[in-house]
Amino acid sequence: MKRLFCILICLTFASQVIAVEPDEILSDPILEERAREISAGVRCVVCQNEPIDTSNASVAKDLRLLVRERLVAGDTNAEVEAFLVARYGEYVLFRPPFRAATYALWLAPALIFFIGLLAVIRVVRRPSSAPKVDALSPAEMERLSEIMQSKGEKNP
Amino acid sequence: MIPEIGHFALTLALFVAVFQSIVPIVGASLRNARWMQIADATAKIQFLLIGVAFGALMWSFVVGDYSVLNVVENSHSLKPMIYKIAATWGSHEGSLLLWVLILAAFGAAVAIRGANLPASLKARTLSVQAWITVAFVSFMVLTSNPFERLTPAPLDGQDLNPLLQDIGLALHPPLLYLGYVGFSIVFSFAVAALLEGRVDAAWARWVRPWTLAAWIFLTAGIALGAWWAYYELGWGGWWFWDPVENVSFMPWLLGTALLHSAIVTEKRGTFQSWTVLLAILTFSLSLMGTFIVRSGLLTSVHAFAVDPERGIYILAMFGVTVIGSLSLFAWRAPQMEGGGLFAPISREAGLLLNNLFLSVGAAVVLIGTLYPLFLEAITDEKISVGPPFFNSSFVPLSLGLLVVMGIGPHLSWKRADLRGVMSRLRAASFLAVLAGLGVWYMQTGGPVMAILAIMGAVWLGFTTLLEWSRRIRLFDGSLADSWRRIRSQPRAGHGMTLAHFGLAVCVIGFVGSSAWKEEFVTFAETGDTFEIAGFDLELRGVTNVTGPNYTAQRAILQVRKNEKPVTVLTPERRFYDVAGTQTTEAAINSTIAGDLYATLSVVERDGANEWTLRLIYEPLVGFIWAGVFLLVSGGLLSLSDRRLRVGAPKRSAKPVTARKVSA
Amino acid sequence: MIRALAFLPVVVALGLGAFMLWGLTGDRDPSEIPSALMGQAVPAFELVGIEGMDGPGLSSSDITSASQPVVVNIFASWCAPCRQEHPLLETVAAIPGVSVFGINYRNEAFPARRWLGEMGNPFERIGADLDGRVSIEWGVTGVPETFVINGDGLIVYRHTGSLAEPGAFDMLKDAIAAAGAT
Repeated sequence: MKRLFCILICLTFASQVIAVEPDEILSDPILEERAREISAGVRCVVCQNEPIDTSNASVAKDLRLLVRERLVAGDTNAEVEAFLVARYGEYVLFRPPFRAATYALWLAPALIFFIGLLAVIRVVRRPSSAPKVDALSPAEMERLSEIMQSKGEKNP
Repeated sequence: MIPEIGHFALTLALFVAVFQSIVPIVGASLRNARWMQIADATAKIQFLLIGVAFGALMWSFVVGDYSVLNVVENSHSLKPMIYKIAATWGSHEGSLLLWVLILAAFGAAVAIRGANLPASLKARTLSVQAWITVAFVSFMVLTSNPFERLTPAPLDGQDLNPLLQDIGLALHPPLLYLGYVGFSIVFSFAVAALLEGRVDAAWARWVRPWTLAAWIFLTAGIALGAWWAYYELGWGGWWFWDPVENVSFMPWLLGTALLHSAIVTEKRGTFQSWTVLLAILTFSLSLMGTFIVRSGLLTSVHAFAVDPERGIYILAMFGVTVIGSLSLFAWRAPQMEGGGLFAPISREAGLLLNNLFLSVGAAVVLIGTLYPLFLEAITDEKISVGPPFFNSSFVPLSLGLLVVMGIGPHLSWKRADLRGVMSRLRAASFLAVLAGLGVWYMQTGGPVMAILAIMGAVWLGFTTLLEWSRRIRLFDGSLADSWRRIRSQPRAGHGMTLAHFGLAVCVIGFVGSSAWKEEFVTFAETGDTFEIAGFDLELRGVTNVTGPNYTAQRAILQVRKNEKPVTVLTPERRFYDVAGTQTTEAAINSTIAGDLYATLSVVERDGANEWTLRLIYEPLVGFIWAGVFLLVSGGLLSLSDRRLRVGAPKRSAKPVTARKVSA
Repeated sequence: MIRALAFLPVVVALGLGAFMLWGLTGDRDPSEIPSALMGQAVPAFELVGIEGMDGPGLSSSDITSASQPVVVNIFASWCAPCRQEHPLLETVAAIPGVSVFGINYRNEAFPARRWLGEMGNPFERIGADLDGRVSIEWGVTGVPETFVINGDGLIVYRHTGSLAEPGAFDMLKDAIAAAGAT
């Protein structure tokens, strides 16, 4: 019997969305746009993988209001996110941080692609490693025509 | 009684599967024809038995037998019949039963339709299929029995969740499983071929129809899930890179790569190890998906709730299968090299590049999905890896794929003239750049990726059509001539064109609906007007409506454009009294240019009900569903190709014209 | 070379399998988030008490000025697990050398007073967090949650969920003992 929030609210409302309510909307459209942008990237901490922008949980609403409050107070987007991270940890952001522990994550796609590309290039160049065949010498050419002629006699 | 029959049939099927997993494969090694042949009979019997079990469970739902625990947990007398039937596969146990039914169905299909397969290959394939069946059926019989009884039987069921009473959601699992599990037979073919020690063009030919069928179903299943999310969940989105979504996407990516790799093996006898590896990995990812969804390993809105103990059992099954087959691959694959040589610029090279993009894509999705687990295991920290990572990593890869897909079909096998091809494609490049500039102009300041993606899609669309028109000599002779060519050329070629073009259409839909979405949320009172994307909406009023098992508040929105009435949107907020829950029913007006999407919410403030409207305009979203339709159609067209039905390639008496370019 | 490469898939699969096995075993809860406040100072805040109840409010200085370990419990009357763990809170309050404070999360005054009257009040001080903002400062995601703060005013332990869960109360007692020792 764990999280009362999660069980009650999320299972009941989890996917039925209106979420952002009009009374939260800021009068400044630019700030509101930033608020929506940030909210789309903040994870609802009591839900199963949803942003606060679309979650109906009450904590999500509180966080949406908090984001707007911070924006009105003059924080940059990064500062708002840092504010949330200070309280909830990096888990709360959908965009994983770029630091030592996550270099592997962010750099892996490019790394794997280039290693794969190298492998493809190697595979594709293989034929050129086939041994080059020298041209036939005149004596060999004579022998060859003899053989072909005798075969021609057998199979006209 | 019926549930007991079902349980008995399932257990019997287990024994048959055990038999089938030993005798035919031993028979193949001993070259005992009768032992090999017995696989045909056992495969059909298995299918019959599991069919009986499935039928018994479905019957219990249809008649409402609440002495069966599964029925109690997943049904209710007030549920409409169609959803009672769909509830058969709505639970962990029921969906597993569907899983093994499809497993057995594919086995039986090979037994029936595989008359042209060499006896030893067929026997080994069916045995491997039986190994998988034994694993899953024993798991069910031992831990997840759908036929468990509940005494005393309650008077009614417990589940009336309105969210699950939806036709899209009802069909999504069967389609998805037909895809996932369809790849099992390709896996079995691959393992059988490795055991035989022979992977060649003929093998690739035999495997192709099964791969195509599985791929078609998986494409349809994923798309249905996305479509359901779009129209039902109310946030106007169709993909969230949720772990469970990712887990269905990875087999699709590798399955597509497999399809193409098999074509190369079939035509040119090369790439055998890649094809076999892809066959093994595609199904391995299906298994991984099954495991992740049912084990509680990752949090997702989607997951079945199962305890970790069962999770360990599934992990063991999955582990043995994957480690076993990959070890076999490591042992046998190096012996399989050889095959046709090809130049660096050739269709083979193009397909190799294509597979590179798809495989790296699958790897990126895998890393993103599992990274939180890795990090937690190593450093005990918890992070989230969500859409920002996937979008920034996956989208550039897909752009590269679009470019390569446009050039590839123009290249000939073995050696192609790149300069010639590129000069032919100049027109397409020009059009793509034009499209990009046009989009940039219309949507000033649009995200760069979106513009590039549109360019890529236009490029792909035109190059695909160009290739097809060359093949049928559309501008070279009379129309009758071209029509004759269309009729005489293999369908698989036309299927390719249709599918590739479909992807271009899809990409346009993906970009339009994500990058240029407009939305706003507002309080609404009767008589209020709103404007979005050139449409004028007026709230005429909110009425109360009664449905079969719900009451609802329905908003009536008159939609006009340029003073002319367009439609009336009626979003609803439904209250299901028995279930005690609410749902939002979005109202969508779909046009080619985009969807107008409205949802209604009722908020209580100061004792009175206030209405909130969320209006979204999604440009071009219909292109996604249209594109998927083309993808699936292309696949079906290819599947209906005569050559796939005729079976083993026969030595033809007619000389093959050197200029024929077919897919 | 080819042979070595052919083994790559198995090796990768084994690696992934190991992680997945790890993920399933142990007491791992995939939805639980570790607290971001571990080892940090108590967030600054000031709350008045529940309306209509005698008793002091709660502010951060009350916590930091205490030289002994402090247990802060976030609770609400509408929360069923809070009801379950209540007797355990009273046990904690009875431990000498430990102060127990409460933050009443989003509770209207009347139900809160009634709940405390019915169940008993183990808290020396209670702060009424009507809009939940102070709880956000604590990184709270639901109720109940329990924090242990040591004599230096640093948060050293957090438990999410009811203390009545198996093993939870023992871990709390250990944490209190450890906090008292420093």
